[in-house]
Amino acid sequence: MEQLVYKKPDSIKDDFKISFCPGCDHGTAVKLVAEVLDELGVRENTIGIASVGCSVFSYDFFNVDIVEAPHGRSMAVATGVKRSKPDKIVFTYQGDGDLASIGIGETVHAMTRGEKVTAICINNTTYGMTGGQAGPTTLIGQVTTTTTKGRKAELSGYPLKISEMLKEIDGTAYVARVTLDSPAAIMNAKKCIKKAFEAQIKGLGTGFVEILSTCPTNWKMTPQEAHARVRGEMSEVFKPGVYKDKVSEAQ
Amino acid sequence: MGRIVLNRDKCKACYLCIDACPKKVLGKDKTVNALGYYPAAVEKQEDCIGCAMCARVCPDIAIEKVYK
Repeated sequence: MEQLVYKKPDSIKDDFKISFCPGCDHGTAVKLVAEVLDELGVRENTIGIASVGCSVFSYDFFNVDIVEAPHGRSMAVATGVKRSKPDKIVFTYQGDGDLASIGIGETVHAMTRGEKVTAICINNTTYGMTGGQAGPTTLIGQVTTTTTKGRKAELSGYPLKISEMLKEIDGTAYVARVTLDSPAAIMNAKKCIKKAFEAQIKGLGTGFVEILSTCPTNWKMTPQEAHARVRGEMSEVFKPGVYKDKVSEAQ
Repeated sequence: MGRIVLNRDKCKACYLCIDACPKKVLGKDKTVNALGYYPAAVEKQEDCIGCAMCARVCPDIAIEKVYK
C-alpha cells in the first residue's frame, strides 16, 4: 500500500503559478510558510501582508487572504490588521529591500511595540525585481548594477545585519536567520518559521525569520553556484542561527 | 519503492532536485515543456526510496506528490 509522504501544501492555491526565476529560493520559502500554516491548522484564520519586490506575488500563491501593502509598509499594515482582528494570525512576507531599507522604520517600531505578528524576510543581498541594484544587505565588494566596481564601505556603507539588530529590540520574541541551501537547512528553516508563528500565537511578541536566499538571475550564477555563495561569503557575514528564542523559554 | 508525481510543465529546470536525490533517480528530459525549459524527469523510478528530498528542494512545487 502506497503511503503519501509529501504533497503540495493546502495553503498554496491549486492553480498556482510560481513566477520566480528558475532556482530562486523564494519559491522554497513560500512553500515552507505554507507548510507551517498547514501544520498549525490556521490557514482559514490567517491574513498575509504582501510587500513590494519579488515577494509582491504572494497573493498569487498563498491560499489565504492577502493585503498588499505600499513599499516597506507591511509591518505598519500588519499592525492595523492585527489590532482590528486580534484573533487572526497575521504574517508579512518581505524582501530585504522592503523590510530593511525603505521599511526599516516601520519594522523597528512595529517590533518595538511588540506587535503579535510574524515577519518573514528574504535576504538576497540585492534588489531582485528591479534588476539587481545594491540594497541595504549588499556585501562589501559585491558587484551590482549600481555598484559596478563592487560595494565600497567608504562610499555606500556596510551591509545591514538585520537579525543582529532586531534581536536587541525588547518586543521581539523570536529572531532567527536560516538558509535554504540543502534539504537539512530547509528542514531547519521550517522549524524556525514555525517557532516564529508560535511566538505570535502564544502572544509573546513579534516573530522574525531572516532567510538567506539566492538570486541566481542578478548574481549571474547557476542555482547551484548561488547556493555555494550562500554557504560561503554570505554565511560568513550573515551568520545563520537562532538569535532570540522566548518561545522555548516560555515552555 | 517510492513514486514521484512530477508536473513537467511547472518545472523551470534549476535541477536542484537532481542534486538533492540520494539515489540519482532524476535526470534531465530531452524535450522542452510548456515553459520552454528542459524539465527534470524521473529516469530510474525503481530506485526511488520515497525520501521526498527532491520535493523539499523544488522551488516551483513541480514535484507535487511523493509516495513511499
